[in-house]
Amino acid sequence: MAVKTKYELKLGAATREAFGKALVELGKENQDVVVCDADLSKSTMVHWFAKEFPDRFFSCGIAEANMVAIGSGLASSGKIAFVASFSAFVLNKGFEQLRVTAAYPNVNLKVVGTHSGISIGEDGPSQMSIEDLSLACALPGFVVISPADEVSMSAFVRLAAAHVGPVFLRAGRVKVPQIYDPGQKFEIGKAITLVDGKDVTLIAHGLMVAESIRAAGILEAEGVSARVIDMPTIKPLDTDAVRIAASETGAIVVSEEHLVDGGLGVRVAQAASLSHPCVMEYVGLTDYAESGTPEAVLEKFGMTAANVAAAARRALKRK
Amino acid sequence: MQQTKDLAALQQFCTRIRRHIVEMITEAKSGHPGGSLSAVEILAVLYHEVMRHDPENPQWPDRDRFILGKGHAAPVLYSVMAEFGYTPVDQLHTLRRIGSIYQGHPDRRFIPALEASTGSLGLGLSVGLGMSLAARLNNSPTRVYVVLGDGEIQEGQVWEAAMFAAFHKVDNIVAIVDFNKIQLDGWVKDIMEVEPLADKWRSFGWHVITLDGHDIPAIRSAFSEASATKGKPTVLVAHTIKGKGVSFMENNPKFHGMAPTKEECAQALAELN
Ligand SMILES: Cc1ncc(C[n+]2csc(CCOP(=O)(O)OP(=O)(O)O)c2C)c(N)n1
Repeated sequence: MAVKTKYELKLGAATREAFGKALVELGKENQDVVVCDADLSKSTMVHWFAKEFPDRFFSCGIAEANMVAIGSGLASSGKIAFVASFSAFVLNKGFEQLRVTAAYPNVNLKVVGTHSGISIGEDGPSQMSIEDLSLACALPGFVVISPADEVSMSAFVRLAAAHVGPVFLRAGRVKVPQIYDPGQKFEIGKAITLVDGKDVTLIAHGLMVAESIRAAGILEAEGVSARVIDMPTIKPLDTDAVRIAASETGAIVVSEEHLVDGGLGVRVAQAASLSHPCVMEYVGLTDYAESGTPEAVLEKFGMTAANVAAAARRALKRK
Repeated sequence: MQQTKDLAALQQFCTRIRRHIVEMITEAKSGHPGGSLSAVEILAVLYHEVMRHDPENPQWPDRDRFILGKGHAAPVLYSVMAEFGYTPVDQLHTLRRIGSIYQGHPDRRFIPALEASTGSLGLGLSVGLGMSLAARLNNSPTRVYVVLGDGEIQEGQVWEAAMFAAFHKVDNIVAIVDFNKIQLDGWVKDIMEVEPLADKWRSFGWHVITLDGHDIPAIRSAFSEASATKGKPTVLVAHTIKGKGVSFMENNPKFHGMAPTKEECAQALAELN
């Protein structure tokens, strides 16, 4: 099932780990970087920053709403403030604060949600974040990013810090395949084509990028040429990439570890509807999941390469 | 409703619950032993002697309600409910497995006898207040018991609920703070101090009872004092030991959210008899 690309799928680090490491590097280079935590520093991996820069680290206790607004205050005073927690808690508990203290006044706050999606596994739905992109994208002015691997996460931590304005950065709990070679260039708002193909385009973010590459391999064995696009920036969307994929392949499958409602898929569909409507299929969640090992949960709730390949076959039939 | 008046029998029950907790978390390879073990006596007294409940009729409208605000301590609740016959004891080891009714955090979709799905901290007391108000409107004898973590009460909503309860003179609710001094990343005093805790609740208009949360007679009398307190809500500030009953887990922040190894499990079980 080899894919003819340079993208070998070897297990790399979790994106939350890459975030924690990049944050320390950033802290060394820029004295203005500050970090707020809500009793999850060992899980979000901001504990490395806390150890290195105790004066620029603020423990907020289990109080996410307060943490977000404190971050906005720091950012409003010239700091590059990162607030981090599980994605479910920072987005849901902090939403009003994100709206009125960051989005509306366009404050330079960086929000990081780890343990996103359902691959958190055993802890179950209360800790899983499947609405976070919908919520973050609902906030005008927010840049929303969901990197696929450690290399892209490290790059996007820097890009988020350099961007002036609010950013939501989505990270995962589990180790994921390393997609990119170190040194790969990334840009906010730009998609990256990983595998070329002409029959159908597989668009994904986060850990579904690797599954889409695997799906391209499955499809290739069936004589189907699938293009794979990593779409790390959910907002603003790379509408050119969508238009080109729609016009050149005529079918798009969007896969994501998020509710289909309000996720990347509906945003891609909106973009295609405005430029080049085409057949579309969606691989995503429709309900709350349950506890289990990450692998078992992903399998049961349809987040595998096989699901992506099946969606591509459905799309091709309707083409 | 079951009654166990015999102290030794109740202590034995607590040991059995602790064994379940350690075994099920070991089997699951993940979970929260520390905060489950610290709440054992509180739940044991509640389910045996305080709450009006009927495992044969879990939807009995006038039953008392129990909410585990700190939902990550699910293993203690599952073990107690299973021992009372709400759910199968022989399935406890399926904790956190795909398809198991024993989800990582209490989930009403899988166990309808649970009063609330919890896991996101800070919501339980408010939900409990809604149930208290409904009982009052229905002239029901229902009383509501909510167990909160000392880290959990850092959530602002807990204090919004605290203010509400006193203002509305809700006296059919009892909050129990499992004051084990440790949260996820370490000691509460190092992350976000909550002391002076009894004074905080008192200033919010609550009747406060401070006690040793492992002392069964003290827990018994605290709950009767709560029942006798009219016109204001009662909170039990229960001083406990995180990891209580397993020497190497006691007061050890590491065992907040870490499963014991097979060897550690064996050692723990050897201590628990
Ligand atoms: C809103 C929310 N934020 C963060 C978490 C992650 N979390 C799970 S347990 C825990 C610490 C809880 O400490 P405490 O309430 O003292 O519980 P105990 O020590 O009794 O286990 C945290 C931060 C969560 N479950 N919910």
